[in-house]
Amino acid sequence: MTGDAIFEMKGITKVFPGIKALDSVSFSARAGEVHALVGENGAGKSTLMKVLSGVYQAEEGEIFLRGRKVRFQHPLESLTQGVSVIYQEFSLLPDRTVAENIFLGREPTNRFGILDAARMRRETRNVLALFGDRHRFGPDTLVSDLDVAQQQMVEIAKALSLNAQVIVMDEPTAALNDAECDLLFQLVEDLRGQGRSIVYITHRMREIRRLADRVTVIKDGKVAAAFDDVPETGQIVEAMVGRDIGHFYPDPATSDEVGAPVLTVHGGGNARLFDIDLELCAGQITGFAGVQGAGRTALALALFGAEPFETGTVSVEGQPVSLTSPRKAAKAGIAMLPGDRKAEGLMLMQSVRDNGMISARAFSNPLGAPNNTSVATLDQMDKLFDAFDLRAANYEVEIQSLSGGNQQKAIVARWLSLAPKVLIFVEPTRGIDVNTKAVIYAQMRSLAQDGAAVMAISSDLPEVLGISDRVLVMSDGKIVAEFGYGASETEVMHAATEAHLGLETS
Amino acid sequence: MKPARSRNLMAFAPFLLLMAAIAVYVIVAVLTGQTQFLTVENLLGLLGRSIALGITAVGQTFAILIASIDLSVANLISVSAVLASSIMSGDPSMMLPAIAAVLAVGVVVGLINGLIITQFEVNPLIATLGMALVLQGLLSATFNNFAGEVPEEFQVFAYGQVGGISISLIFLIALTVAAWVFLRFTRAGSNIYSVGGNPDAAKLAGMRTTRVVIMAHVICSVCATIAGLYLASRLRSGAPWIGRDGVYDLESIAVVVIGGTALSGGRGGVWGTLMGVMIFSLIDSIFNIAGVDAFAKQILRGIIIVAAVAVYAVRSRRIEA
Repeated sequence: MTGDAIFEMKGITKVFPGIKALDSVSFSARAGEVHALVGENGAGKSTLMKVLSGVYQAEEGEIFLRGRKVRFQHPLESLTQGVSVIYQEFSLLPDRTVAENIFLGREPTNRFGILDAARMRRETRNVLALFGDRHRFGPDTLVSDLDVAQQQMVEIAKALSLNAQVIVMDEPTAALNDAECDLLFQLVEDLRGQGRSIVYITHRMREIRRLADRVTVIKDGKVAAAFDDVPETGQIVEAMVGRDIGHFYPDPATSDEVGAPVLTVHGGGNARLFDIDLELCAGQITGFAGVQGAGRTALALALFGAEPFETGTVSVEGQPVSLTSPRKAAKAGIAMLPGDRKAEGLMLMQSVRDNGMISARAFSNPLGAPNNTSVATLDQMDKLFDAFDLRAANYEVEIQSLSGGNQQKAIVARWLSLAPKVLIFVEPTRGIDVNTKAVIYAQMRSLAQDGAAVMAISSDLPEVLGISDRVLVMSDGKIVAEFGYGASETEVMHAATEAHLGLETS
Repeated sequence: MKPARSRNLMAFAPFLLLMAAIAVYVIVAVLTGQTQFLTVENLLGLLGRSIALGITAVGQTFAILIASIDLSVANLISVSAVLASSIMSGDPSMMLPAIAAVLAVGVVVGLINGLIITQFEVNPLIATLGMALVLQGLLSATFNNFAGEVPEEFQVFAYGQVGGISISLIFLIALTVAAWVFLRFTRAGSNIYSVGGNPDAAKLAGMRTTRVVIMAHVICSVCATIAGLYLASRLRSGAPWIGRDGVYDLESIAVVVIGGTALSGGRGGVWGTLMGVMIFSLIDSIFNIAGVDAFAKQILRGIIIVAAVAVYAVRSRRIEA
């Protein structure tokens, strides 16, 4: 097995402050195969690939490329030796052309040092030709004019122009619709046919079944299972979750836990939402499913006043409210836990306490003491942290040193200081390890049991189905279906994609 | 100081730099046999020569803490000085009206800066540069030399002493203490750090971030007008070029940054800024007693600013990693 591996990683250990992200992980890939790297968010898949490409340096372990020991200090070194990683967030410059992006940083020049634009175009065309006639754009197209799938093709073309023998794709279908996914699968099969080795990071079983030759499951920074073929889906899931799924999600709400409607929307609409009629009840977790761009996040932003409704009426506990800014929404008792915690939720360089107190401070007298507001005192905040079992060296450390799960707990504590009636969780477990996920789910359930209406938006469908008492399906900015507890993935996916596929074919 | 911030190495960096500067100052004075410079009065005197810069920089700290910047302070200082001395015209009874008028100008300029930055989303660099040009134009159109004069009574601000310490130095320290109390012990102060740390997150936590930005700019501009009042008191009159001549815009930014306040906002404070002012004065004095020629001095100052900021950048990166 070692003999025909293009690359092989042995005993890789990578430590970040506070956590062991990778613990003695071994992984390899052969020429002409698709090796699926599977695991929950935060399991260590991306970290492993960042070690391979030289973004991170491992504390322990060795990497062999074509049998030769390598130690990449910088992604440039791995790139020049045929290892390309295509991240979820593309590294393309939107205002430059496809050719300029493909040759970014290594533009060919003639002997006078002048850019050889003709050669750039020619070589770009040669690389694009590898896609057959599927790309439908040329070297001079601006990247900002391309859709997500085409941008991904540019990333792949960039790898091919570097003659990459190992191509790592990090959840490549995350932002693609079904038709685009099919196109991507064909491309991956082509690349395999050319004898390249593809590491395909995903947690979607469908893609593994369709593409993979081998599967390695990572969980909590360790290899949980390595299969030399593609096993039954159940085996993969078991290795991923590492426990009985039944106990992973808390029990649904009982009928006497569900109370009166707290939030009511009639005919809500804006540029991204149409005819939203919605009722959220106290004590109930309402999940929202749908494909990327279906309007779930837009709905959260509208309810939270960040991208307000332009039509329709909203009332909280029967009182009409005007949700035109996050501040007004918060005043009306609506709280949102943003999906992108780092960008939208946290002051990374400030203490856990400061991050917790910010809302309390925002809603009290600005000349008062920051740690003793009319909304909450520091003591009360500390008690909330304690109650949530927030783990930190102490509450004065910078919040960036905490794990994603503990950061999430701090944001929940922040909102609870305002005693909100509606809590909107957007991607509540993004970047959170699988054990902490169960804690977050339990927390969401107990918030509901304490009388809050909880709204859960997640692109992880099993998660939505697992935690929600009812599931609303969105598509093209509308709510198109409703399911009770216990709906199957298939029927929800069907409802979520039906309208969408209809549009595609018309 | 807050434990979280003082535990951070960054908070000590300006202090270490100040100690290093003092050490070099002492060594140079001893080596050149000029030990008469080594007295506490002399060290305080160093700060006393930088009162206007100090007052301006305390204000600039607020702008930079919210991840903004103010390039209009130098010309605002000129406006303030000229306006004060014209209104006073040597008449002690006009002192209070003049001070009130000048501070009002500071509030208005800060409000306009803040409103342009928050409402029209103009980059602060451009917004305040525009304000600087407008102020300069207004000045040039109205004055071309020293205008008016300040009465003896007003010169007490710059020349008066209490118990052997100059009133202006006491004022600068009192202003710094007030700014520190505001930043450290009020919610409005915490809000400044939050908005500077992550404006999007602050907004989504329910904060009125535009108000915080505007407030920081008003504080910054008012401080600049106070610096203008001080200069009018010291020069006994105001001239339309005194702000620009002192390069108070760029120097105030430099001392804030040397004082450890992050240009990206959300981290730092006014004590660091005061240390930055002292470091700047010390560097000047070191060059003076060492007899370094003026041009070489300028070059060395430039190198020291960049080196200090580079050291901070490397250190803060190491903390993040």
